[in-house]
Amino acid sequence: MQTAVNIDKIKGSNRQAGKKIGGTVAIFIFLAVLGLFMVLPIYLTVVMSIKPVEELFIFPPKLYAIRPTLNNFSDMFDALNSNRVPFSRYVFNSIAVTVSVTVLQSIFASMAAFVLAKCKFPGSKLINSIIVVALLYQSNVIYIMQYIVMAKLGLIDNPLALVLPSIASPMGLFLMRQSIGQIPDAMIEAAKVDGAGLFRICWQIVMPNQKPALMTLVIFAFQAAWNIQTGTLVFQEQYKTLPTVVTQAASAGLARAGVAMAAAVFMLVPPIVVFMLAQRQVIETMAHSGIKD
Amino acid sequence: MAKLSAEKTGKKSRKEKRRLLWLSVKKNKACYAMIAPFMIFFVIFTVVPVIMSLPMGFTDFNMAQAPKFIGLSNYTTLFLSDRIFVKSIRVTIVFALFTGPVSYILCFLLAWLINELHPKLKTVFTLIFYAPSMANVYTVWQLIFSGDMNGYINSFLINLGLINAPIQWLTDANYVLGVTIVVQLWISLGAGFLALRAGFQNIDRSMYEAGAIEGIKTRWQELIYIVIPSMGPQLMFAAVMQIVSSFTAGTVAQNLVGFPSTDYRAHTIMTHAYDYGWVRYEMGYSAAICMILFIVMYILNKLISRVLSKYMD
Repeated sequence: MQTAVNIDKIKGSNRQAGKKIGGTVAIFIFLAVLGLFMVLPIYLTVVMSIKPVEELFIFPPKLYAIRPTLNNFSDMFDALNSNRVPFSRYVFNSIAVTVSVTVLQSIFASMAAFVLAKCKFPGSKLINSIIVVALLYQSNVIYIMQYIVMAKLGLIDNPLALVLPSIASPMGLFLMRQSIGQIPDAMIEAAKVDGAGLFRICWQIVMPNQKPALMTLVIFAFQAAWNIQTGTLVFQEQYKTLPTVVTQAASAGLARAGVAMAAAVFMLVPPIVVFMLAQRQVIETMAHSGIKD
Repeated sequence: MAKLSAEKTGKKSRKEKRRLLWLSVKKNKACYAMIAPFMIFFVIFTVVPVIMSLPMGFTDFNMAQAPKFIGLSNYTTLFLSDRIFVKSIRVTIVFALFTGPVSYILCFLLAWLINELHPKLKTVFTLIFYAPSMANVYTVWQLIFSGDMNGYINSFLINLGLINAPIQWLTDANYVLGVTIVVQLWISLGAGFLALRAGFQNIDRSMYEAGAIEGIKTRWQELIYIVIPSMGPQLMFAAVMQIVSSFTAGTVAQNLVGFPSTDYRAHTIMTHAYDYGWVRYEMGYSAAICMILFIVMYILNKLISRVLSKYMD
């Protein structure tokens, strides 16, 4: 904390303070204008989700709703409630899948990344390069082979099929490995000398310094898990997740554009909440990161 | 440690070598224990399917019967008689050239500029720029680019008097690729952008302190001498993500301008693979297409990591 204040002082005194504030304002204006373009489609999505049907196709199209309504949302929930399974069941399924994938993925990827970044052992180089290859190799055929593997394991129509394949994400591991690699070796050696095991070094010394990367991983994992579709893996209605049923409710072309918008807004809320919580952690890290080489 | 023992073994017999390897495996058993949970799932659900898929490019596989080995025939067909594939290569290159570098630079530039702001504003702006890659809003883009007068862009241009008849943004062969590129750029501030934001956040503050003492005055100097050299790993991560998203793009076009797009103008290699895989059920052919794409991406990845290697530790 003390150092943070000192740095600000140095920064302020060494530079022409006025010029810097001017620059910051310019940056703010630039980002605000560009940001406006970026949020426009999302803003329109929200607006259209509260527009009554007759307002969707008037000329000229309006950037706001004249008579805002929540009908689109209630239509969506009606469609969801008309299934044999109560709506709360889908919510529960989605939460269960998302939480277990996010937690397991973050823990497993962090541990593996720490070892791969900081320890040399037979096979570590090979694993490091396989991770990048796995990221780059995208093929339709993988899904088929994955399906065959899951069928052999008896996972089809089993809710575990939604969780297990997403636990080991090469992207998450790659992200963490890149970031942990920046930690000075001296810090880890010091802990080893103190007699700490790898597990303790990972969670008590490395990870507290890796909050930005870890929280970024949580955002990615949550977002991916939240959008897992049941697809051909699970057929029973009681195991279906929210994205599957919401897509079903919204898929009827432009005629149901309002409902589709409501669905998009509804599905966007949890990731945004998680994003805000995680991002706050990322930004707080700055104040007390004490890595010294 | 392992390296040292490997050097020593150079002169020794094979048996001795194996014994030393086993010793170093045993010595590092804590490492294997840490990596095991990840590796178990990674091997079962990623490595095994990938290995199983590798030979598929040399087969005729329709998903109903067992794959039949046909040698290089898929590859010769691709390059010698599939004119749409050749076209899709061109589309993919144009698409990747426009979206890849632009979005990479945007990711870095925006992450840096956001970093210069007050902490409260950081969260807000990061959300604003990242939100598009969280949202699934193709419908709204369809309405924005809609070909009738109700489309936002058409009505805007008509009101300004720039055009007097609506433009068919999503079906006119002249516009489909452009529209796809715009939407792809809009959603492209994703994983790379967020990883760079995290990287900026992790730069040690004492670095700026030291820089200030050594006479670094402007933001620009700070960027060149402090920020970029300490961001190598994140720059590499963002580059890999960028390669993947620019070269394997296909869903944007399929959702926006339809499949197949007018005159195949937005038909990327990945769309072509989708076409043969999931529409025509010629999985062997589709696998061959994906394999070519993978080789290109792998080479590109090697080139970029060579460029960035001086910033890596």
